[in-house]
Formats: sequence, C-alpha cells, structure tokens
Amino acid sequence: MSVPVLEMKNISKSFYGTQVLKNIDLRVAKGEIHCLVGENGAGKSTLMNILFGMSVITNTGGYDGQILINGEHVAFNSPKAAIEAGIGMVHQEFMLLPGFTVTENIKLNREDTKPNLFSKIFGKKLETLDRKKMSADARTALDKLGMNIEEWVTVEGLPVGYLQFVEIAREIDKEGLQLLVLDEPTAVLTESEAEQFLEVIRRLADTGISILFITHRLDEVMAVADNITILKDGELVRSGPTESFTIAQIAELMVGRRIDTSARIGGERPKAATEKVLEIRDLHVDMPGERLRGIDLDVYKGEILGIGGLAGHGKIALANGIMGLYQSVGQVRYEGTDLPLNSPREALNRGLAFVSEDRRGVGLVLEDTIANNIVLTSMQVQDKFLKPGPLKLKDQKKITQHALESIERFDIRCTGPDQIVRRLSGGNQQKVCIARAFTQNPKLFFVSEPTRGIDVGAKARVLELIVELNRMGATVVITSSELAELRSISDRIAIIYEGKLSGVLAPDAPDLEYGLLMAGKSLEEVGVSEGTAN
Amino acid sequence: MKERLIKVYQGFGLPRLIISAFLLVLILVAAGTELSVAGLLSDSLVRIGQNGIYVLAMVPSIQAGVGLNFGLPVGVIAGMVGVLVAMENSLLGFGGFIVALLVAIPLGIIAGYLYSLLLNRVVGQEMMVGTYVGFSVVAGMCIFWLMAPFKNPALIWPVGGQGLRVTLTLSDTFGGTLNKFLPFQIFGLSIPTGLLLFYAFLAFLLWLFLRSKPGVAMEVVGRNPRFAVAAGLNINAYRSLGVVLSTVLAAIGYVVYAQSFGFAQLYNGPLMTAFPAVAAVLIGGASTSQAKVVNAIIGVVLFQTLLTVAMPVTNVLIEGNISEIARVIVSNAMILYALTRVTGGEQA
Repeated sequence: MSVPVLEMKNISKSFYGTQVLKNIDLRVAKGEIHCLVGENGAGKSTLMNILFGMSVITNTGGYDGQILINGEHVAFNSPKAAIEAGIGMVHQEFMLLPGFTVTENIKLNREDTKPNLFSKIFGKKLETLDRKKMSADARTALDKLGMNIEEWVTVEGLPVGYLQFVEIAREIDKEGLQLLVLDEPTAVLTESEAEQFLEVIRRLADTGISILFITHRLDEVMAVADNITILKDGELVRSGPTESFTIAQIAELMVGRRIDTSARIGGERPKAATEKVLEIRDLHVDMPGERLRGIDLDVYKGEILGIGGLAGHGKIALANGIMGLYQSVGQVRYEGTDLPLNSPREALNRGLAFVSEDRRGVGLVLEDTIANNIVLTSMQVQDKFLKPGPLKLKDQKKITQHALESIERFDIRCTGPDQIVRRLSGGNQQKVCIARAFTQNPKLFFVSEPTRGIDVGAKARVLELIVELNRMGATVVITSSELAELRSISDRIAIIYEGKLSGVLAPDAPDLEYGLLMAGKSLEEVGVSEGTAN
Repeated sequence: MKERLIKVYQGFGLPRLIISAFLLVLILVAAGTELSVAGLLSDSLVRIGQNGIYVLAMVPSIQAGVGLNFGLPVGVIAGMVGVLVAMENSLLGFGGFIVALLVAIPLGIIAGYLYSLLLNRVVGQEMMVGTYVGFSVVAGMCIFWLMAPFKNPALIWPVGGQGLRVTLTLSDTFGGTLNKFLPFQIFGLSIPTGLLLFYAFLAFLLWLFLRSKPGVAMEVVGRNPRFAVAAGLNINAYRSLGVVLSTVLAAIGYVVYAQSFGFAQLYNGPLMTAFPAVAAVLIGGASTSQAKVVNAIIGVVLFQTLLTVAMPVTNVLIEGNISEIARVIVSNAMILYALTRVTGGEQA
C-alpha cells in the first residue's frame, strides 16, 4: 500500500482536564472517501480542529499524537498552514459573499492579476484583475463538479444546494488540493441535491483527491464511503472498510450504551394506565434542521415517554410543535379534545408545561432573578402570585417565599432568590427551569435535553426530579440525545427517523434494535427476533 | 451597617457618584462667586419637574424591549395639539391645562399605536428608525402648522390670517398653572409644588404599572422575547403597549413642559426633545434594555441640575458669554458618555 495522504496517529486532546479525544488513529489513502461518523459530542469537530491547527486547539495546550501528510510529519499552527499543505475544508455554514459572483467567490483572496501602469509604479497591490483567466478557472472547477450554473451570476439567490457546490469549487480550484474535508455538507440539502452531491464526491475521488466526509446520514455513508471510522465519546470504536459494516451496526456502535441501564432511576414504577392523554396524528413541524414530517404517536396517562433519535431527525421538534413554538400542521388531541396548534397560550392554559432544549435562549430570562424566572409563566398564565384587586399587582412576598421553597426543594445552589440566573451553573439553571414547570402544576410535562451541558452530579438530580414530577401525577414526555438517559427513566421510548416515527421500544430492548430504528430500518424488515442483540 | 452601605453604593453606581461629586464641586464654586446658589437650585427644581416626564417616558419603551424612545417628538406633537386646542378656546388656568391633557392623551394613544406598528416591523433597529420617525414627524407637522384651521388671532400670523406662529406665549392662558399651585419658599428656595407633585404622581403610576401583571409581562417581552412566546405572551401587543405608554407620557410631558416654560415653540421646536431625555435616563443608571422608574428620577435630577448649574458657573469662570456653547458641549458630552455605557445597572 502506498503512503497515505493523511495519517493521524494516537491523537489525544483534553480541554481543562476533560479528555475529549483518546488515542485516535485515522488513515486516508489517495483517492479514498473516508467517512467519519459519530453522535454530537463524539469528538469529530475536535479532531478536524486539530487537523486544521485551529486556535481553539493551540490556545488550550495543543494536542498529543502525530499528523503525517504524505508520510511527512506536520504540525499546523494555523488553518492557513493546513490550506497551504493541500487540505481544503467545506463548512456546514456557508462561507460565501452573497453580493459577489460565483467566480469572485471561488477566487476570493486568490485573484489572478495582470500588471498595469500604476502597478508598475506602486507595486503589485494595484494590478488589474485578470477576469478572463478567473472566469476560465472558475468554469473549469465548476465543470469538474458537473455544474451547469453560469460563473458570472451572483451567489445571492442561488438555491442552497448550489452554494455547497460553489464552496467545493472554491476548494478544488486551489492548486495542489490533496484532501477535502466535508463537515456535514448534506445536512441542508434536499434529497435530490444530496444525491447529486454524492455523485460529485465520487467523481472528485476518481480524480485522485482524498475525501474525509463527516455526516449523520448513514445511508449516505453506505452509498459513498470506502472506509468508515466510528467515534463515540472521544474514542475510536471501530474502523474498517464499508463492506464490513451494516447500517444497523454503525448506528448501534454510535449510540451504544454508556452506562448500565439496569440502574433505573426511581426503581420500577406501577404499570401505566391505558388511558390516552395525548393523541398525535400526522403532525408536521417546521423546525429548521429538525423537521417533523408527519408523525403518529399516543401518550398514555401517567407514563414517562422517551423520545430518541439521531440529531437532525426531528425528535426535538415534537415538543416544540405541540407547545406551539414552531409552525405545525396536523391533529393533536389532548384529553379527548382537539388542542389548537401554533398557540403557546392555549397549550399552557390546558395544563401543558415545557422545559426547552434551548435553556439559555428560550428557557430562562437570563438577566432576571431566580425568583422571577420560577414564577413568571404561572403568573402570566394562571394569575398566581398576584395581590387581590383589580390592579393585578405582583405579590413579592409570595414570590420570594415560593422561590425559597423551590430553592430548598430542588437544591438550587445560589446566593438567594434574587440572584441573576445568568450567574448560575448550567445544572442549577436547569433546576430553575424545572422549578418553573413544577410551579405550573402541569398535567402533561415536556422536557427536552434536560441534562445537556450540565455536570454529572446535577444530571442524576435533574432526572430524579423529573421522575418525582411524574410520581405526583404528571405525564412526562422526555426528549434526549442520550439514549442511556432515556432508558434509565422512561417507560417506553419512541425513536424518530427522518421526521417520522421509526418505532417504539421498551427501555430494556437490546442495543441492536435501537440501532436499527435509529437507522430507519423497521424491526420486521430486518427480521430481528428477541435475543439476537449483542 | 457596612454591608448595607456597600449595597447602597452598588445600587447607586460609581458614575452617579462621580457626577454627584462634580455637581457638589460646581455648587461650591458657585457659592464662591456672586451667583445665588438658592436661585440656581430653584431653577433646577423647575427644570426637573419640567423635563422629568419626558425621562419617565423612556422607561416603558426600554422595558418593552424597544430601546430608548428616540421618537419622543411623536408624543410631544400630540401634546402640542392639546395645548393649541386649549389656547384656541382661550381656556385659562386648570381648565386649560386639563383640556390640553384630554386632547393630548387620546391623540398620544393613536399616534403611539401607529408608531408601534412601524417599530414592530423593524425589530432590532428601533432606535435608529425612531430617531428618523421623530425628525420626519416634526418636519411633516411644519406643513400642518401652516395649514391648521386655528382662528384665534393670538395664535396665527397677524398677516394673511392663516398659519400658526413660531412661538406662542401661554402667560395669558394656562402658563404656570402647576408651577404656581401651592408654591412656598424655604431657605431661599422657591418650590414649584404643583409641578413636582404632578411629576411624582405620574412616576408613582408608572411604578405601579411596572409591578402589575401586564407590566411584568412587558418586561419579560423586552428581556427575552423567545421566553415570552413560550410563556404564551403576545410579543407585538406588549411592545405596542410599551410604545403607547411612552408616547402618551411624552404628550403629557409636553403639556406640563409648556405650562412651566411659558411658551409653546412650534415648527422645529420639538426636533431634539428626545436627546436630553435619553441622556438623563442613561445617566440615571438605565441601559438600552433595562430601566426602572428610579433611574429616570435620579437621571433627570442629576442631568438637569448639572446643566442648570454648570452654565452660569462656566460663564463666570471663563470670561465672555459662552453659555450656549457650554450647554451644547455639556449636554451632548453627557449623551455620548451615556450611550457608551449602554450596559447600565451594575456596570454603568
């Protein structure tokens, strides 16, 4: 085997004592398409930041291990150095100037120039642009991608899919490009665009450019990759040629259990009633990046229902849609009567409460006090904490008293009820959110990503609180990216794939079944029977 | 005890402490010259009462998340029409004052609501758009003043029989109604009791409103609109409420201002009314996203006293009459300082 274009050996990295990458090895041969897969937080971005010598890495003490390009040791200390060595990157967010033409974007900061009178006197900076050559180069790059757009149109107004191609054209126009890194390029593309995109990648690989492809879409991985590397929690789980994997195996390896699921929080619960409290029929939610495309799901009274799935498949949108925060269509019946969609007020009036996944953006008024954050929703929706009388003045005494009780009960570490919420740690902020939901006395309680970004100790406490709320009679729908967490507290777990319900599993179902559902395969289709897991 | 002192100090803030100290130095200097300190302070009290309501008007718009209301002239003009209607009918004393308010408030509500519809379409740019709405309304009204159907010869140009004069005097109608209500003298200071009481009354009403359910909702909308949506609140409705309140306060503020000042200046008169009010509320410790009634009160007291005292003192210290230049420099420097301190509260 010839010398690989890129070889990363034993890469490790820790941020402030937390190890985020552990002994990662990665080899990419010439003309190879190598897929890097893993859940959010698995370490893919960190690995790419190391490769590009990004300042987040160099400023936090660098990394351990070696990087070899064409067999030679390199250590990039800036993205510029990496680019000069022939590594290109296409980011998830477009880095294009909307008012400029396709050519200008492709050639940005690398314009071809020709001398003129002024430049001869004042130096190279005043040379004229060689527009002819630039256009010709841009055309060549676009042709290589099989793109038929005109190189002189402005980027503004082009369809999203095209923008991605323009970005790639810019990278391949650079001389000596050897390795192209694509960071979730298909996340924003429609299906047909994504297909075209994969074709282009294959064509590029045939010309000898190596490609490192980061994606969440596993069918894409299977369709295009030569080799696959799976990361989980900063460790390399498995690496090998595509033929040696099935889609379900990849999914399973990506999400596999991290902690012992037998450690159920709150122990066994009494069998849930069979009375339906929420019936969802053909619900579509237009939430950017997390679209739901028609889901049918029932929630039973008194249960804890977990909602799982890979990032970008729409699990987050379920709660947001029902609570009216994102545009939705479909039918939702709550306690036997229709729940109007797109009206947060209506949902709150009917006794629904929501702890948002976006704690700092939606969940809290960061500049306000703990006390106010806890009572605001109840005050506005249920007229609690107001003095009697026509003026509806707020009752500061009651508010403070309730806040003190909540702080005690939820173990919120703070200096007092008047502390500004921004100053609290993530875990304590989350407890404030949950305290707010408790204050509403909800009958149906949605909580999304309750443990995201909070420390281990607080995690367990937050989950216990959710179970406690359930015990008090609330039905709970919990959405989480951490499967282990769902399995530790849920009675049933629904898996969402591509905006639709993929299946519902028991919390103690084998990993393999979870993997299959997350990869969009139905259990019957693959013929899984009990006991084939692990 | 020490802790309480620290808390009081932190609540007051370093900038206000420095301005107060500077003010004290100015007053001491004034005492050393032939200037009458009591006279200066009396003037300050009048100016505080005269401008205070404009500064209060900043509070609801900031709390509703619209930022500083640079479109204050919208309300001022509503107040102006009220004053003109009262003068047209030659109403004297309290009668004139109250009729002026009765006309100004509904006009303020209508104008404020229309203005808020515009502001709700330019979220994030309210202050810039507001500034130019203010300028445009003043310019547009210049045409109106020329064509307005007022007939009282005291108001219109002596020749031609149409078009309002540039400066109208209120001394024959209801000028000084509030200022001359229960005035008294103490330590050589003359206290404009009625003016200050009226100001205090409005400040109290606003304070009450901010503690009520809709007031709290408005504050939530201003601080985090996304949270407000999740709490079932109608964001645009509460933003409009804030703008309407601000505009109505500006309208009332003008009627009070005119009766105290003794003149109504039409045409380009209200062009710059927003700026001193903006400066005052910021100096009082508010930010563009957070303001309390107490910020407005502290702000107007410091700002207006400083202006009133600083001018004569500089005139005495520096030979020659530079009072107008000094006023412009001092007031604009304070606005500039205040705008660079938009963080407000603890940091300002």
